[in-house]
Amino acid sequence: MSEKASEAPPAKARRLRTYAEVTEGDRSNLLGQVVAQRERVSERLATVRHVVAVVSGKGGVGKSLVSAGLAAALAGTGRSIGLLDADLHGPTAARMLGVREASLVVREGEVEPKLAPSGVRVMSSDLLLEEGAPLAWREPGHDGFVWRGTLAAGMLREFLGDVAWGRLDLLLVDMPPGSERLDTLAELVPGLAGIVVVTIPSDASYRAVKRAAEAARSRRIPILGVVENMAGYRCPGCRADGPLFAGDAGDRLARETGAPLLARIPFDPAVQAGIDAGETTAAAAALAPAAEALVARLGPEARVEPRP
Amino acid sequence: MKFLCIECDRQMAFAERELPGDGTLAAVFACPACGRSVAMLTNPMETQLVSSLGVQIGGRSVPEQPFELTRSAVATGREDAFADAPATAAPAGRPVWDEAARERLGRVPSFVRGMVQRIYADYAAERKIAVITPEVMDTARRELGLEGM
Repeated sequence: MSEKASEAPPAKARRLRTYAEVTEGDRSNLLGQVVAQRERVSERLATVRHVVAVVSGKGGVGKSLVSAGLAAALAGTGRSIGLLDADLHGPTAARMLGVREASLVVREGEVEPKLAPSGVRVMSSDLLLEEGAPLAWREPGHDGFVWRGTLAAGMLREFLGDVAWGRLDLLLVDMPPGSERLDTLAELVPGLAGIVVVTIPSDASYRAVKRAAEAARSRRIPILGVVENMAGYRCPGCRADGPLFAGDAGDRLARETGAPLLARIPFDPAVQAGIDAGETTAAAAALAPAAEALVARLGPEARVEPRP
Repeated sequence: MKFLCIECDRQMAFAERELPGDGTLAAVFACPACGRSVAMLTNPMETQLVSSLGVQIGGRSVPEQPFELTRSAVATGREDAFADAPATAAPAGRPVWDEAARERLGRVPSFVRGMVQRIYADYAAERKIAVITPEVMDTARRELGLEGM
């Protein structure tokens, strides 16, 4: 020890108070703000009987067509149905349901969803973005990978919590390919009723969708059913079904997950042409049996009497 | 987070937020006893992290607006994506905008303009400010933490 140091007066004993001991409160209360965001979602969804996610493990299986068809089919029976397009980067639901671009009306504390001709209430990033533009964020020029996922989760949270969904029998959430966003949805909606998994018959699709189904199961999210899309090709002339993809992914997934195969839908150019034009009549007809099977899986309280 | 003035053993109070540049967020806290102030500076990445959570350091001074995060964070939003309905609360007491404030508001991207307009109008109405000027906007921005608006 140096002479100078030894001559220095002893340091004043000082004990800083802890965070909890400083009791005037934390005005930032960041945790409280996050909790308030969650509560906003819970309050908004209090008038929604069931939230069901439509998922697939891969793109290109027709998940959005299935979502739109299920929504339109159920709305056609008089049920109150919403469709939230959670595929923020590849939104298609609004156009499939025939919602044309028009400004979203913002009122006190909420944004009004768009009403599709079928009666489905719709929210999609497609209604917000410039034509043909990707979803891009205002951000500093680097390291965007750190927060882009958080921003997307926040956007989904606002789609759930800030939209005036009103009283709904069912809110379908059209998820992006993969299972990552399902984790976010499950955390935002603890009462998530379950998922519908969409596959095509091929083995590649089976493997990808199986992973998504396993991800759901590991989170204890019920698998309500399986829809096998593109199960054959329906001739536009004679209306006979012919083969399209080899494989039995629908049956295998149903067997292995213990969930029923809700429907096997052939690729029908008439359905596709309708959806491309925002006309859901044919898609609704094709998905109607699956829609009713899904409602049956949700339990008796979801069985709203169809209107005559 | 909390800031403690060691000399006074008093918790420092949040004073204001600023964006001094280069993506830095400055949150200023002052000791209510001795008046000393400190600025907590977050770097651009930390600023963006806070923004992406949709939370505000120093707390919320106005209620969260619908689609607030979406409208402030999306860079490729359609100009006419939103039609903000006029506020229904106390329409008679709504402040007017002077020419310079209106011109400044007009420079806000329309994707977010309606939300910003409502926030400034509510701020002025609550304080019984009859005319919104650029100075009022500056004050509101500091007090409410409307960085970048």
